Amino acid sequence: MHALLVFCFLYLPIAALIVYSFNGAGVGGFPPRDLTLNWYRILFQDGAIWESVGNSLLVAGFAVVIALSFGIPAALALDRAQFPGKALFRRLVLLPLILPGIITGLSLLMLFNWAGTKLSLLTIVLGHGTALISVATTEVFAGLQKLDRAQEEASLDLGATYWQTFWRITLPNLRLSIIGAALLIFTLSMDEIAVSFFLIGRDNTLPLEIWGRLRRGITPEINAISTIIFVFSLTVIVIWYRLRARGEGSPEIAAELVETAAQGD
Amino acid sequence: MFSRAYRIAITVPPLAWVTIFLLVPYLLMFCFSFWSVSSAQTIVHSWTLDNYKQLFTKDVYWETLLRSMWIAARVMVFSLALGYPLAYFLSFYAGKRKDLLYQMVIIPLWVSYLVRAYAWKTILGSDGVLNTLLQYVHLTRHPLDFLLYSPFAVVLTLTHIYTPFAFLPIYAALEHIPRNLVEASNDLGASPAQTFWRVIFPLSIPGVVAGATFAFVLSLGDFLAPLLLGGPSGIMISNIVVTLFGAAYNWPLGAAISLCMLVLVVSLLFLSERLEKKWNFS
Repeated sequence: MHALLVFCFLYLPIAALIVYSFNGAGVGGFPPRDLTLNWYRILFQDGAIWESVGNSLLVAGFAVVIALSFGIPAALALDRAQFPGKALFRRLVLLPLILPGIITGLSLLMLFNWAGTKLSLLTIVLGHGTALISVATTEVFAGLQKLDRAQEEASLDLGATYWQTFWRITLPNLRLSIIGAALLIFTLSMDEIAVSFFLIGRDNTLPLEIWGRLRRGITPEINAISTIIFVFSLTVIVIWYRLRARGEGSPEIAAELVETAAQGD
Repeated sequence: MFSRAYRIAITVPPLAWVTIFLLVPYLLMFCFSFWSVSSAQTIVHSWTLDNYKQLFTKDVYWETLLRSMWIAARVMVFSLALGYPLAYFLSFYAGKRKDLLYQMVIIPLWVSYLVRAYAWKTILGSDGVLNTLLQYVHLTRHPLDFLLYSPFAVVLTLTHIYTPFAFLPIYAALEHIPRNLVEASNDLGASPAQTFWRVIFPLSIPGVVAGATFAFVLSLGDFLAPLLLGGPSGIMISNIVVTLFGAAYNWPLGAAISLCMLVLVVSLLFLSERLEKKWNFS
């Protein structure tokens, strides 16, 4: 009973959002009436929105590349290298996961200001990449704990170089963690607003474009784009579960993230 | 088994990145907080304690910080009140539907933060879904105006956003409780309530602490929900920081406030880590 109420609470806003994206009379007003696809038509003709979607896709793509290319080595380092400051390094890498976005965003803004870097989509990419390394590290580190070490040892014993072992044994075995991390980083970056808020140049990302419009008032056009984002996220989740079902027993991404971040190790 | 070169190759690049893009920015924030702004609106790079003096003497900063903590505390309590029973139900009573229900809690996490905050705005507004529904069924004649642009709206929205965050660690903790402990307690004649309070609940405390930390810390630093739904009475500390970095152009003072938030958050994380260790019996 309680569970049912909590589910209603969790899904009520999402349901309202979707229903009112088809509401001819605009946002609000009960009951919804004059069902229409009009808002979607307006949305599809809205150049500024689609330009910001393009920017967001670009940013998310590069953020995935940065987060993975530094997050995977970071996870390997935490797993198998000893160096001074390792504990501090681990905490620093994971900190943006739990830190409010405003602190990450502002501290980077000060860095770019100090270095004289002009704010643009590039600074947002650097911001997202930095904040989301934590996600890649967490996921890949969890994957490494389940890795069969004997395979790597065998590969090295049989004369493969470290480089070959990394590409042929380590990475393929971490495939699911890496794909999971990439999907998660991509969706989180598409949705990110607190960090982008401070690092934005002339070009808007989608959340910032929506934010700008919200400040001016609400229109069902925003419901429509939100519904599309929701369906998009849902598709990503379904793809992920399909993949996971094939490689049974691999970790539960979102959950693992929250647990690891909370434990700080 | 790994050579020195290999270990350097995996350690140095992420270490360098984290130093440049996390450590240096935090240090810069620290430096900025001791600088000041000249009358010509340029940053003066000489050290002063003025920003901290202002911070501790001007009421507006104190009051807003306390209000933010009060809002975050309510979000934390409500998220736990919603998340704990849900996690308990799923872990112990959901049976076959457990996996499906679990995914259903996760899915809202994947829905855009902004979109969810916006959805509450359309629900709570004076001609929003809720008010027009109440008038439609003749429960009220005029729209209730305390719903939107109030701390209530901020607390409600943040609770909605952070309940899954509170749920996840609690659920994980409950799932790790060996079921034979619960059976033993029942067999030895404990009532269900006794079993819950003396076996299950103490073992789930690390999860509760983690969930509480998440809800508190993340809502403490939020500035978008207050801007969107809070109105003048729902302003939070981060909103002041945003203004200082924007229109008010006083980066040093903004940096000082951010640094205080950073210190507060990091201390809370340490505290919760210790609490979790203390209550960890496994």
